[in-house]
Amino acid sequence: MQYAILCYHDENVVCAWSKEQDDAIMAKIGAVMERHKEKLGPVARLLPTTTATTLRKCQEPPLVLDGPFAETKEQLLGFYVVDCESLDDALAFARELGAVNPGGSYEIRPVAAFFPAEVHRERG
Amino acid sequence: MSGDDWIGRVIAAARPKAVAALLRNFRSLDAAEEAFQEAALRALRTWPRNGPPRDAPAWLVMVGRNAGIDNVRKQSRLQPLPPEDLISDLSDVEATEVERIDHADYRDDILRLLFVCSHPDLPVTQQIALALRIVSGMTVKQIARAFLVSEAAMEQRITRAKARIASVDLPFEAPGPVERSERITVVAAMLYLVFNEGYTTRDDDHGARAPLCDEAIRLTRLLLQLFPAEPEIMGLTALMLLQHARAAARIDADGAPVLLEVQDRARWDRRAITEGLALVDKALRHRRPGPYQVQAAIAALHARAPRFADTDWAQIDLLYGTLERMQPSPVVTLNRAVAVSKTRGAADALAMIEPLATPLGGYFYFHGACGAFLKALGRHDEAREAFSRAIALAHTPAEAAYVRNQIETLAEPKGM
Repeated sequence: MQYAILCYHDENVVCAWSKEQDDAIMAKIGAVMERHKEKLGPVARLLPTTTATTLRKCQEPPLVLDGPFAETKEQLLGFYVVDCESLDDALAFARELGAVNPGGSYEIRPVAAFFPAEVHRERG
Repeated sequence: MSGDDWIGRVIAAARPKAVAALLRNFRSLDAAEEAFQEAALRALRTWPRNGPPRDAPAWLVMVGRNAGIDNVRKQSRLQPLPPEDLISDLSDVEATEVERIDHADYRDDILRLLFVCSHPDLPVTQQIALALRIVSGMTVKQIARAFLVSEAAMEQRITRAKARIASVDLPFEAPGPVERSERITVVAAMLYLVFNEGYTTRDDDHGARAPLCDEAIRLTRLLLQLFPAEPEIMGLTALMLLQHARAAARIDADGAPVLLEVQDRARWDRRAITEGLALVDKALRHRRPGPYQVQAAIAALHARAPRFADTDWAQIDLLYGTLERMQPSPVVTLNRAVAVSKTRGAADALAMIEPLATPLGGYFYFHGACGAFLKALGRHDEAREAFSRAIALAHTPAEAAYVRNQIETLAEPKGM
């Protein structure tokens, strides 16, 4: 089963990391990813929510709004897609990530359908 | 949660929100700051034991407010409030109170706090010092180091600023839309000053000013979180990010500034550039251009060029033309002339800046540009004169050395 690991963290804390702190954490995360590269799908780190734009489909034509979809105390800052045997395995992977990246939360969500980039290209 | 000093980081990130809300409560900068300090001390004591609260700023505001009230009670010998050790997560105890500090409140609170620090009665240097002390929470020692003054002098500067603020009527009512937009403009100008203070290098600062750029970016991002649809704040954030992205490349190993022309672009911070470009893009969609957006768009063109030779000078010329109309200034015209020299040639560029000899006569870059244009036109004697004037006005030995190199290229008989 594929799981999406959605990373939530207070972006004001993350943005206050110095470059050295950020680099150090990214290096440790890189090591965790390296250990699990066989089962790892796409991974993304997102820019701060100030760069976000939201298309609200509540009306016709849809409304384009600046900012993230929701104002929350912790923001969606990235995600991993990982192929795991079970929820326990997915949780174990998230725990490993959490051990090197203090603070915040991970939401573990099973993936219903997944379209790797190659599929789109073949459909061309 | 592991990691060193996570509490310190959470407190630092919560500081602007918490101090801003406490300022509304106590209506005095000193009282708000004291209450926050007290709350932070208690957080250091209780969070390791009870775990971090779900809403750190709200916790700090509640505890700070109680501490402030406690002080008043002590003075009037009233019953003390229950200790916050019993409070692990305020939402359990005072849910309604916490809910009341919602996004809209924080928004005007933080804007008010920043606006107070940008008060027009304060000289610019005091505005910057006050913002860094109160909003960012930098220590007096850190700020003094960034400004290259003694700690005692900085302490005095901040005390003076606070005294002046204490004597003026602060606006505590919720601002109307026009007022809010005026405040945003004033605060943006102050934040850009903080950034420029950090961006200006001197030979003797050894990187002490760099934290000012990070702080300015952090606070401007915060302002943009609060007012996500303001294109000028997007522009200002982008401008700072795009300029600061070059930080590692614009100073060499000896601490001397490196000109854009010869910077190693591989050392530019790609993530900061991506964020800056994304914000420029978002801002343009609003079709409400302003000076920060135009300057950000110019910085974006530099950031997009893989090599100096790939720079889109024609577009930069147009953008400086727009900026000239928005904010006419000889310095903007001088910058535009540099772009013109690349597109239409040195003769046109020189003609543009010749009338600026009076306003810019004491400006290093003016004489440097004159020298470069004259050199390109083969007028080497005049170029040498201009370069000599530039050297006399150089701020740093590195600037002087750069121009001296230019003179040396003149000494070579070229094409004769």
